[in-house]
Amino acid sequence: RDACAEPHQLSKGETIHTLKTESETLKAKLEEERAKLHDVELHQVAEKIEALGQFVMKTRRTLKGHGNKVLCMDWCRDKRRIVSSSQDGKVIVWDAYTTNKEHAVTMPCTWVMACAYAPSGCAVACGGLDNKCSVYPLSLDKNENLAAKKKSVAMHTNYLSSCSFTNSDMQILTSSGDGTCALWDVESGQLLQSFHGHSADVLSLNLAPSETGNTFVSGGCDKKANVWDMRSGQNVQSFETHESDINCVKYYPSGDAFATGSDDATCRLYDLRADREVAIYSKESIIFGASSVDFSLSGRLLFAGYNDYTINVWDVLKGTRVAILFGHENRVSTVRVSPDGTAFCSGSWDSTLRIWA
Amino acid sequence: MVSKMSSKMVGSNNLANARRMVQQLRVEASIERIKVSKASADLMRYCGENAKYDPLLMGIPASENPFKDKKPCTIL
Repeated sequence: RDACAEPHQLSKGETIHTLKTESETLKAKLEEERAKLHDVELHQVAEKIEALGQFVMKTRRTLKGHGNKVLCMDWCRDKRRIVSSSQDGKVIVWDAYTTNKEHAVTMPCTWVMACAYAPSGCAVACGGLDNKCSVYPLSLDKNENLAAKKKSVAMHTNYLSSCSFTNSDMQILTSSGDGTCALWDVESGQLLQSFHGHSADVLSLNLAPSETGNTFVSGGCDKKANVWDMRSGQNVQSFETHESDINCVKYYPSGDAFATGSDDATCRLYDLRADREVAIYSKESIIFGASSVDFSLSGRLLFAGYNDYTINVWDVLKGTRVAILFGHENRVSTVRVSPDGTAFCSGSWDSTLRIWA
Repeated sequence: MVSKMSSKMVGSNNLANARRMVQQLRVEASIERIKVSKASADLMRYCGENAKYDPLLMGIPASENPFKDKKPCTIL
């Protein structure tokens, strides 16, 4: 049957009822197929490897300068610069080694929920309640007004929740409260592909590591994590085991799995080739939502920031918590490991960013 | 605090939506899957192979980590 056929025409014998029945049958078949391959749990297979020792991670730098909640941050590929964005509309570029501010831009909107560094290190992208994603080339001239060179790239019909450059400065992927993700050409602002399938706000997206091809994962308020083919726009896999909004999605470094952080107070690991959830990172004592997650370089550690102001560090394979980090004085909104894995940065509603190592 | 402004897709055409769902489920049902035991082994192998290159996992000395402060120098 052709899904693009005139919607008001019925194929022979086809009714809403038959389609719904077929839906139910397919869903049951999916579950059955997945269950057949569920021969063991990841943490059971991981019993044979050594437990991790004690971790000592401390705040090594505190970046102060935002006047309000930090909502997002991203590392530059040079492993030392960071861009961060906040509720009061400010976007700041920092040198994380020295804590110096190198650039600052004031956006015309508040709640700048998304920011990203361009691969070249020569530009940053950001957006939020303005429903757009804009690119600012970074000038070497400190006196130059960055806002003058601003380029509007993406236009959504609701807030911008996340943005990411692809492998070059030329394309940006966005996710939005309007329920869609989209791929844009930076130079022309043209929409190259849109991704429909979520039934509520999309809160986060992450591109697969470049070796694994052209896919990305998104997560949202419909409790689903969807994997997409960037060229065709097709939703190729979908996972729905969380009990509340998915705030963050992040690929495992090999590209074979991804982790999520959710308002249901758990983080989970989904394996793409097994096509199922393979681990849950949770404790009875953790009752606040996880806002942001990221892996260490080898994928063995998962850093997760929570709404209870803490960062929990999980052993990805064994499923146990190996450290809990205190320091922020309000919700942790964003957590990202540096490109060379030597440190990770956290941003918080307490208006600071911290570098941990 | 910003509320997550939900934008439920207006179900203007239930038949088209039902067709889309069936089509989507067919795509998802048709993919090839592997056993969790194999997937787990592969995840573990990746961790094992890359552990030594993972500074946060192994811990690296202050002299090699730009964020860890080195001991202060004494000017003689």
